[in-house]
Amino acid sequence: MIAKLIANVALAVAVSTIAQADEPKHGGILHIYHRETPPSLSIHEEATFSVNVPAMGLFNNLVIYDQHKPQNSMSDIVPELATSWAWDSANAVLTFKLREGVTWHDGKPFTAKDVKCTFDLLQDKAQDKFRKNPRRDLFNNVSEVTTNGDFEVALHLKRPQPSLLAMIASGYTPMYPCHLTPAQMRTHPIGTGPYKFVEFKQNESIKLARNENYWKKGLPYLDGIEYTIISNRATAVLAFVAGKVDMTFPTEMTSALIQDIKQQDPTAICEIKPINVNTNLIVNRENPPFDNIELRKAMALALDRKAFIDIIFQGQADAGGTLLPPPEGVWGMPPEILKTVPGYGDVNKDREQARAIMVKLGYGANNPLKIKVSTRNLATYRDPAVVLIDQLKTIYIDAELDPVESSQWFAKIARNDYSVGLNLTGNGIDDPDQAFYENYACGSERNYTHYCNKELEALFDKQSVETDVEKRKKMVWDIDKKLQEDVARPILMHARSGTCWKPYVKNMTIMNNSAYNGYRYDDLWLDK
Amino acid sequence: MEARLGIYLVRRFFLMVLTLFGISVLVFVMLRLVPGNIADIVFNAAGMIDVAEKAKLEKELGLDQPIVVQYAQWISGLAHGDLGYSYVSEKPALQEIAPRIPITAKLAGLALTFAVIFGVPLGVISAVRQNTALDYVLRVISLSGLSMPAFWLGLLILMGFVAYFGTIPIYTNPPKGFWNTFLLFSIPAAAVGFRSSALVMRLTRSSMLEVLRQDYIRTARAKGAPNQSVYYRHALRNAMLPVVTVIGIEAAFLMGGLIVTETVFNIPGVARFLVEAIRWRDYPIVQNLVMFIAVVAVSINFLIDLLYAVLDPRIRYAK
Repeated sequence: MIAKLIANVALAVAVSTIAQADEPKHGGILHIYHRETPPSLSIHEEATFSVNVPAMGLFNNLVIYDQHKPQNSMSDIVPELATSWAWDSANAVLTFKLREGVTWHDGKPFTAKDVKCTFDLLQDKAQDKFRKNPRRDLFNNVSEVTTNGDFEVALHLKRPQPSLLAMIASGYTPMYPCHLTPAQMRTHPIGTGPYKFVEFKQNESIKLARNENYWKKGLPYLDGIEYTIISNRATAVLAFVAGKVDMTFPTEMTSALIQDIKQQDPTAICEIKPINVNTNLIVNRENPPFDNIELRKAMALALDRKAFIDIIFQGQADAGGTLLPPPEGVWGMPPEILKTVPGYGDVNKDREQARAIMVKLGYGANNPLKIKVSTRNLATYRDPAVVLIDQLKTIYIDAELDPVESSQWFAKIARNDYSVGLNLTGNGIDDPDQAFYENYACGSERNYTHYCNKELEALFDKQSVETDVEKRKKMVWDIDKKLQEDVARPILMHARSGTCWKPYVKNMTIMNNSAYNGYRYDDLWLDK
Repeated sequence: MEARLGIYLVRRFFLMVLTLFGISVLVFVMLRLVPGNIADIVFNAAGMIDVAEKAKLEKELGLDQPIVVQYAQWISGLAHGDLGYSYVSEKPALQEIAPRIPITAKLAGLALTFAVIFGVPLGVISAVRQNTALDYVLRVISLSGLSMPAFWLGLLILMGFVAYFGTIPIYTNPPKGFWNTFLLFSIPAAAVGFRSSALVMRLTRSSMLEVLRQDYIRTARAKGAPNQSVYYRHALRNAMLPVVTVIGIEAAFLMGGLIVTETVFNIPGVARFLVEAIRWRDYPIVQNLVMFIAVVAVSINFLIDLLYAVLDPRIRYAK
């Protein structure tokens, strides 16, 4: 009887301890290392998650991907500065009801005017323009933004586009205040988010402090977040192991580094996930002999994706098409379809076929095609380019590496001053519209190979208006397969990388299919 | 004698100004010869090139002006204390550069102190105990100091600290108080100073060995001067001339050349900032920082020239 009583008391104490441990605690500064000095903290003007990671906490979107669902999908979009949204019957007008009582960090009220100003900036309609506007094309389909009073705003579209909501939910689409210029937002960003900007010192740190007037009552739990800029990865890893920082920079750890960390600090929590960045082959289809589709096909058939994945990522990457492959990716081709795409099957057979094409084109072991493979002079680009050169040798292509100074890379590609190149493409959201229009639409600035297929572009539009997700998926797979068959931009692999944090950092969720959307951090807390 | 010294100083000063002018032209032209400017880099970071927007940005920053006009604008601004604006942070260049100078100065000062405190006495000991076991040990230590790459040594120190003390001596926030500052900087300074002290030690040793074979040393010994007096009063003063030169060169180098140490120990000093600014083609920052380092280097050389005159009367009296 006494033993039972003691056991019950012990159980009650244990349960209460667990409950207490799970109860969020207020206070503390979260220390994260940052991999580099970001160009600015103005999310709209930049195209790297080096900006999103520290700056997302400063802002809010109209809607956002649920920050605790690892897979970003349309069904997991939740309200933020908007309390609700509704499509009209033709799916051509998207109306948002806005949250009342929200203020910017400088105390001014947030209204529908700010939403209109943000879209005016994104569409280059505002008087003060962004210094650069990398995602202007994403909102080409928005013809007009109208307000109805202070708390309702409507986006009028040229044609129905359900995925517009996904773009608005991305970490790349925060709301900016009307009363500040883009220049002011670059140097001292003001948002409505859970954290206020304190300071940004190049090469040193970025400091954010709790927004006492955050519209989500009781949040954020943290007093602030400090990003210490540690550009040397070896030092950064040691700083994490020693407890100088509570978390590594998101998606910055390789599997080898994670093994090292776990050896030194077995309590560390580490996750390796896809980041929706793919390595791809770009071929200048306007320069002979690459204007010949047969030659481009032979090149695509020479690729051994497993070798790329094993050599570059020690197996921690995925083969796929344009869209991130499942299960993490929502829209990628399933394996049974992928293996039917030329170049994704038996490597030896594919190479046999490629060699036959090359012989037909007049090349052979004694008469190889001599080319240069241009790539950005950074390890993440150079290393796969070297593997590519090795693989091209198997089909009588004698390639030489042409490392291009990083600052000159996109200028060189834009000038069409290359024959064959290796490039990396990151996708802000896991959505076909962004991937297709940005990288494969005729005339798009990021369509580096100038692939232009009007029939396929009509299919881009067709899938874009489709509201039934399952139907849209099938259309997307057909398009993706066609893009691979046309050797538009052969995808070599989709990268995975890791993030580590200390066990006392609670409520951390790392996204599965985007490295750009999961850093609001308003309900993170420290169990210290 | 004083008139000659005055002429010597004026000549040196004039040479210093001329050198700085040459450096300003060189750095300005070379920066613009490097492919790409800030507009290229800004758009490169966005994975796109919008020709019209790029031209607009170049115009906004005055990069479309002839190079001579750009140079004249910079020098005239410099003369008025206006260093321009950083293209990246859009803050005044002075506001960006000024806080980094004391950080590097502390590191360089401590490293130099370490180098002199260890390098000179050990060099003397090694020379006076030539070919003894102690000499061999000191020579091996100094050789290892010269041959160990700074990043390797730095990382080894950090790994040792993490493994044995569970902490890491890197810069994350400005240290408060003298002792915290001293502790934070003393470890990277020791890593840098080890190499510098090895250099100073070897030079002191060889210079001392040369001097110790001179006739006047033999005379001093013959007159019955004690060893301490021979070594430190007669020999060391004369052996110091090349050592002082090297210390001066090291001091100038330490003010702008500690990129590896600053990176490994995460110190937000001048060198790391300079490399970052070069990467961004942030011309106002690069130009002004290089000029600052040049002024430091040239001033130290000027001081060394003055010191020569103090140490060696022959230089003072030479026409």
